Amino acid sequence: MSDLKQTPLHAEHVRAGGKMVEFAGYEMPIQYPTGIVAEHRAVRTNAGLFDLSHMGEFFFVGDGAGAAIDGLVSSDIAGLTVGQARYGLLTNERGTIVDDVIVYRLADDEYLMVVNAANIAKDHDHIQKHLPKGVGLDDRSAETALIAIQGPRAATILSSVTDLEERERSIEGLPPFGVTRARVANSRAIVARTGYTGEDGFEVFVDNDRAPQVWSRLLAAGESTGLIPIGLGARDTLRLEARFSLYGNDIDETTDPIEAGLGWTTKLDKPFLGRDAIAAAKERGPKRRIAGLEVTGGVARHGHEVVKNGTVVGHVTSGTFGPTVQKNIALAYVPAELAKVGTALAVRIRDKDIPAKVVKTPFYKRSAP
Amino acid sequence: MSSVPDDLKYSKEHEWVRVDGETATVGITAFAQEQLGDVVFVELPEKGARVKQHSSLGVVESVKAASDVYAPISGEVLERNVKVIESPELVNAQPYGDGWMIKVRLADKGELGALLSPADYRSHIGESAAAAGD
Repeated sequence: MSDLKQTPLHAEHVRAGGKMVEFAGYEMPIQYPTGIVAEHRAVRTNAGLFDLSHMGEFFFVGDGAGAAIDGLVSSDIAGLTVGQARYGLLTNERGTIVDDVIVYRLADDEYLMVVNAANIAKDHDHIQKHLPKGVGLDDRSAETALIAIQGPRAATILSSVTDLEERERSIEGLPPFGVTRARVANSRAIVARTGYTGEDGFEVFVDNDRAPQVWSRLLAAGESTGLIPIGLGARDTLRLEARFSLYGNDIDETTDPIEAGLGWTTKLDKPFLGRDAIAAAKERGPKRRIAGLEVTGGVARHGHEVVKNGTVVGHVTSGTFGPTVQKNIALAYVPAELAKVGTALAVRIRDKDIPAKVVKTPFYKRSAP
Repeated sequence: MSSVPDDLKYSKEHEWVRVDGETATVGITAFAQEQLGDVVFVELPEKGARVKQHSSLGVVESVKAASDVYAPISGEVLERNVKVIESPELVNAQPYGDGWMIKVRLADKGELGALLSPADYRSHIGESAAAAGD
């Protein structure tokens, strides 16, 4: 794996016995010796630590930065107050999805956009092409490490390694989708209450050289309450149970937000790139829709065909066994009329049509704290 | 290192065989289940089906992926392990015990000669582990 990039936490993963695989040009841990199911459960019941340093961080500064991003992202970026973050989509003129991102407002004229690792170069070009003069775009992906701590015990553990006088403001009192600056494990950090697991949790951005210290301090602080490192395998099962889209699987430049079930991220009463195409798609009504499937008697995987009465009607975009829901779950594009909850379908697995049923999503929702 | 019991024979594809007269019990090795990770689904042939040496007899799915299980010997399926279909995690917990997959009436005992001894299998997985670590 010599031509692959490594995150600043590579040595920590190897030391912990992480099984390293290629992902988006990086060498990343898919799982640790505890295994995917145990890692998944740790996040749902205690807490888990994720290295997401492969992801991209774009910093925007300058007068009009907010308005500029608002013109490129589907959701209400103009409405963010300082210290707030929002999920949204970068869309193109055709109204299809360039990437899914989270935009954080750090100061009046300073924003952070987190993008998928595989899309860093593409997004950078796309944004640069549309960015007005006067707004600076600084791609700090290569210098920035991202560590996520997720799960019911995440706040307590993160708080214990945060400077005492900042704990209440920057950790415990931080609302969901809140973002602030704080000192974590003696390191300057941006802390956000965001994640990709369906649990409460935080994402912590630090400079690369601080990452090993932040990582090991968090692990040490959480060890006695069940905090363990989590690989990409459990990251995928966690996000799928919570029905978060995975770019490249469930969404890409051939899918529009409406059929992808992401209409809620599109603020159609503002101008943004792709807005007219998306509004038209919504008006027409989508031909196909992403549906949540429960499969009985096999595990559906990305690329499997979806079948109705022997005829192929769609395809699976994500599928796995869900360790918390204890079911085989999947997302699939199917004709809109077959996307209704309760519809009986099948997934073709190894040339056999295995019964599947459209179910309500998310497959898993955490109970109110 | 993964456990490799001395009383079994092995295939290069990481199945084990326990011979008892005309009957052979088949499962996957500790090494195989470690490589797969958490097993969440097992598909096995029904009683009466015929399996052929080196052909797929069924599938084990881990959280990550599906993998074929190859028949280390040919014969008629006398029994499939219903317990392992209901509780696939038995493959991880007891690969040589309750995680067995099928019992087969041996069609040709000569085929056993093509299988690996425990010592040969140990060196085989030594090599596989080195290759996977590259």
